[in-house]
Amino acid sequence: MNQKENFFKGILKENPLFVSVLGMCPSLAVTTSLENAIGMSIAVFFVLVLSNFLVSLLMSSKKIRELVKPVRIPVYIVIIASLVTVVEMVMHAYVYPLYISLGVFIPLIVVNCIILGRAEAFASSNKPVDSVVDGMGMAAGYGLALMLIAFVREVLGKGTLTIWGSLQLDLHFIFDFLRITPLDMFSKPVGAFMTFGFLLATILAISNKRQAKLVEGGDKK
Amino acid sequence: MSNLISLAFAAFIVENIILTQFLGICPFLGVSKKRSSALGMGLAVVFVIILSSTITWVLYQYVLVTLNIEYLRTIIFILVIAALVQMVEIFLKKVSPALYKALGIYLPLITTNCAVLGVAIININNGYNFIEMLVYSTFISLGFLFVMYIFSMIREKLDFSPVPKAFKGTPIALVVAAILAMIFARFGGII
Repeated sequence: MNQKENFFKGILKENPLFVSVLGMCPSLAVTTSLENAIGMSIAVFFVLVLSNFLVSLLMSSKKIRELVKPVRIPVYIVIIASLVTVVEMVMHAYVYPLYISLGVFIPLIVVNCIILGRAEAFASSNKPVDSVVDGMGMAAGYGLALMLIAFVREVLGKGTLTIWGSLQLDLHFIFDFLRITPLDMFSKPVGAFMTFGFLLATILAISNKRQAKLVEGGDKK
Repeated sequence: MSNLISLAFAAFIVENIILTQFLGICPFLGVSKKRSSALGMGLAVVFVIILSSTITWVLYQYVLVTLNIEYLRTIIFILVIAALVQMVEIFLKKVSPALYKALGIYLPLITTNCAVLGVAIININNGYNFIEMLVYSTFISLGFLFVMYIFSMIREKLDFSPVPKAFKGTPIALVVAAILAMIFARFGGII
């Protein structure tokens, strides 16, 4: 597998959120605005790439691998928790409003299954460079999925699109044109479950159709 | 006292841990296919949340604050939870094999359940005192058990309903959860 494939598998084929359905909690909680989703994606990107790198570096030495094997999960958790603490402190210092609106979900990156899952499934048995690329792909796939949910929820729920801080698009003219108002429900928990459910169903429908086509194509041959 | 009652009610229904705070979604979707397993998971979570919140709260107030190392909170809490879950498992195995049989398989899953770490951190962030912390963690975990159990009953019925092919499995479960969330949010007017 070359690096390009390694990177893109995280975005489409093995998308952590829509295909493996991992890391659900933040994907429902922080997607009330696009800005929150972007902030969360950056935090996860940083933690995932670095934790993959550090874990694979640690495991690349045979001696350490033998030593660490029985207690590897606690070791991964300590590495991840340290990185998350760094992210938390940096966000507290430089992007305070975002730190407040993400709230408890920044420390909870520690228990996000994607990060521990990649450390165990990929980084522990691959080279550091591959692991970094894998981490970047997975984090990008997760981030894009978060942004997709946040996009739907913010546009339908508030009629705006906040990209970063005061950089905000006002889409009320579309709603005025169609003579409807944004539905507040979508920025509430109800909307989170609903949006995720429908997006997941759409993606399953598309992949079912594609699979059916593949099977058909195989039969013709 | 009335303060504590409203805190308990809010934790149990209005700010329900699953449906409004989105903590513990993984077991909510993963282990809710059968009533018995939902009950087992729920009870194990209640047990671990109350125990771990108490320990982390005491540790934070009397060790981390005294030593001025509050920033190590995340690392210390997750280690405490992981060690605690292990100890509970060993303890149960020895003392009550029946209970261990019922809850045993769910215990290792709890370490990475974000509800446990989440409640421990929320207790600190909201600045609860000891009694408030105890009431809050008890009722929030009971709320978890309650919603888990309701949801598993719905899902058992859902297996017999004609669901569109693309919605089978997780998507329809999420739509059901959305309707449940709508119901629970309406209780907000009471407080």
